[in-house]
Amino acid sequence: MSISVKNISKSFKKVNAVNDVSFEVKEGELFGLIGPDGAGKTTIFRILTTLLFADKGAVTVAGFDVVDDYKEIRNNVGYMPGKFSLYQDLTVEENLEFFATIFGTTIEENYDLIKDIYIQIEPFKKRRAGKLSGGMKQKLALCCALIHKPKVLFLDEPTTGVDPVSRKEFWQMLKRLQQKGITILVSTPYMDEAALCDRIALIQGGKILQIDTPHEITKHYPKKIYDVSADNMYLLIESLKNFDHQYSVYPFGEFVHYTDNRADFNPQELQQYLEARNHQNIKIKITKTTIEDTFMELAK
Amino acid sequence: MKRFIGFIKKEFYHIFRDKRSLFILFGMPVAQILLFGFAITNEINNVDIAIFDKSNDVTTQEIIHKISASKYFSIKQNITNEADIETVFQKGKVHAVLVFENDFKKNLTKDNSAKVHIITDATDPNTANSITNYISAIIGSYRKEINKDISIEYQIDTKTRMVYNPELKSVFMFVPGVMTIILMLVSAMMTSISITREKELGTMEVLLVSPLKPFQVIVGKVIPYIFLSIINAIVIVLLSIFVFEMPIQGSLFLLALESVFFIITSLSLGILISTISATQQTAMMISLMGLMLPTILLSGFIFPISSMPFPLQVISNIIPAKWFILILKGIMLKGVGLFFIWKETLILIGMTLFFIALSVKKYKIRLE
Amino acid sequence: MKNNNVIEVENLTKKFGDFTAVNSISFEVKKGEIFGFLGANGAGKTTAMKMLIGIGKPTSGKAQVADFDVLTHPEEIKKNIGYMSQKFALYDDLTVKENITFFGGIYGLSRAKIKEKRSELVAELGLGDILNELVGSLPLGWKQKLSFSIALLHDPIIVFLDEPTGGVDPITRRQFWEMIYKSSNNGTTIFVTTHYMDEAEYCDRVSIMVDGKIEALDTPKNLKKKYEAENMNEVFLKLARG
Repeated sequence: MSISVKNISKSFKKVNAVNDVSFEVKEGELFGLIGPDGAGKTTIFRILTTLLFADKGAVTVAGFDVVDDYKEIRNNVGYMPGKFSLYQDLTVEENLEFFATIFGTTIEENYDLIKDIYIQIEPFKKRRAGKLSGGMKQKLALCCALIHKPKVLFLDEPTTGVDPVSRKEFWQMLKRLQQKGITILVSTPYMDEAALCDRIALIQGGKILQIDTPHEITKHYPKKIYDVSADNMYLLIESLKNFDHQYSVYPFGEFVHYTDNRADFNPQELQQYLEARNHQNIKIKITKTTIEDTFMELAK
Repeated sequence: MKRFIGFIKKEFYHIFRDKRSLFILFGMPVAQILLFGFAITNEINNVDIAIFDKSNDVTTQEIIHKISASKYFSIKQNITNEADIETVFQKGKVHAVLVFENDFKKNLTKDNSAKVHIITDATDPNTANSITNYISAIIGSYRKEINKDISIEYQIDTKTRMVYNPELKSVFMFVPGVMTIILMLVSAMMTSISITREKELGTMEVLLVSPLKPFQVIVGKVIPYIFLSIINAIVIVLLSIFVFEMPIQGSLFLLALESVFFIITSLSLGILISTISATQQTAMMISLMGLMLPTILLSGFIFPISSMPFPLQVISNIIPAKWFILILKGIMLKGVGLFFIWKETLILIGMTLFFIALSVKKYKIRLE
Repeated sequence: MKNNNVIEVENLTKKFGDFTAVNSISFEVKKGEIFGFLGANGAGKTTAMKMLIGIGKPTSGKAQVADFDVLTHPEEIKKNIGYMSQKFALYDDLTVKENITFFGGIYGLSRAKIKEKRSELVAELGLGDILNELVGSLPLGWKQKLSFSIALLHDPIIVFLDEPTGGVDPITRRQFWEMIYKSSNNGTTIFVTTHYMDEAEYCDRVSIMVDGKIEALDTPKNLKKKYEAENMNEVFLKLARG
């Protein structure tokens, strides 16, 4: 086990930030911690990287205990906290050199690890980090976290606030890194990114809702979901909510995800109900359950 | 109009609900008025002086009694030989020495004139002036008393001498003080800001999760400021020598050494401030309000400590700047060596070690 | 209102020295529409929006909001629109009630009107228990809903929402969009910027800005067809790649 988290809890004053959380990350796995702001992701990261003490529970990273052997962990992990934490007034090159030096290595030594990423920002190597775009800062921060060839990589919300193109490229980079044998723990609020991980833990309000592979996790959703659409979204939602047997009604873009209370639900019945309420252009069909559907159901 | 009033109402809510702004609005002015009121005084109170009475007769005793009875002076020491005058000034124990000539009473009754010598330590020229004037006034009023019932007036001839600063240049007083303030400002405030900036930006987290030992982080932060402060100190000294023609009577080496001690004290104070500040703004506020202001008021830089009420005098003892200014004045103006300022030096070193130990203890290797 | 357009923009441009942040954009927004104004960070969205709400001066071009010109009558515009800023912009150290009263006053509502609106909000959002709580102690979802409602206190014909759903959980986000649907159904025009591409699907029409220019302007359905994409995120990626 590369990372082992057993029953950790952490409170700040009156707030329960983390509540009896347990999970494990295998060596070489790309594990995602998925949840919105305030779910407890950053607190968990800080406990795992030895920056905070948990009130209860035990954690080991790469075989070292976070309390007793914190020095070993600090020597062997790469950490990219939110906001990227780069030195704004140092250049790209200077930032990288600094982090290489404090980890007792050089840029050349592990260059092959960061090469794919670094060549994208290399043309800007003399530019001050503060003047880089969000996507470039992200890439630089990743290089700085990797430069000492860590066994485990902790990335706390690395794609928040970054444009979709950079986000996609970032995940491609993570996949390539995974092939080099690095264990990666990522946190993100974006459900679509969850699908790119080997396994994910859904977290909300300091509690873990479910842990599984992206594919299997949707199997935890107990019902069939139907895409329903009509001309007037608002009135459609109101009608569906007023339907006696509705279990959940959530807007999902063009469609509304509808689930019914009953196991033997016949969509025809719904069609008639909606027609009776003068909805135009009614469409009802079964749809694939997504991670987001699962999250919302488990979070209720 | 209503919108405007609604807006003002909101502003009042903000002020009264923010504990910090309440403190600044009400707590600080009161504290400052009290502090300024008591600390800033040009009067003198209980100034320590020494007496060299070569006559030891009734008249001199009467004059001495009158002086010690006044609230302005307190007789610290009786000197019995000439060489002691220099010593007692170097040790900084008294601000003035009053010398009565031999056969004072006899000269007064025989020649109608006797001499008194007022020697004042002018490293603080304003106080020196006051001291001289007050003593002269007391002697003058004694003279009037004894002249009441006689026809030929007695004359008491007062000669005054200012030592260490004969021209009463105020720059001599300011240079040690300014040097102290600048060293403290650069070292303490800049260090605390530098460390808290790292915390604010979030890069501190990354540094912690690295092989860099916490103490390496601190020492690394502090070293550039040591160099800058030393350069500052050198520039100030050079300017005072060449532009203000201030003499450096004592050993430059000793001056440098003591300055380094003080710089290290200030730096450790800066580190201490950074351990209790989360933001750069807080660090700056604490440096200015909690460090600068008391230093300027209570270190003896401008306002003589001896004239302050007793509680303030006690507080001034824990301000490192106070001791450093004494050391600087001693070396620069009086030319004394370690022998005379060993006590102050020891206190300074003690403070340095204490603050270093405290900041090391408080420096967190974790975020909480 | 002429043409039923709440917003009319014609070749609107904003330059900062040499740098052109908004490059001659043109579009209209119809009454009651939910209009999504999309684009990556730095594409020029915020700059463009600032001009529309009367706090940024255009370098050239024309724009009219609620029939008022942005260059000559920005103050009139401000009186007629609602605005919800990115950070939800409520006063954390004032209570819910005090926030409502304050903003009501700023928008020029009479005391009676504020009271009426307050009761409405209490009923609609279920604020009864938290009316006297400091906003700072509320969870993010509540702040968001409150902020939106406050932007609508004075019944503006159009409300501008700047990245209104940042960081909030999926359920709360949807509840928020349901509030938007309801408003739109009542006739309020909604102008929303977001970088959550999946939210773009909730809009009637969207425009996508890339490097200061509008590169796409249509309904989500049509855009997906045009770019052969399964969702708006893919549309955006294909657009951005050029």
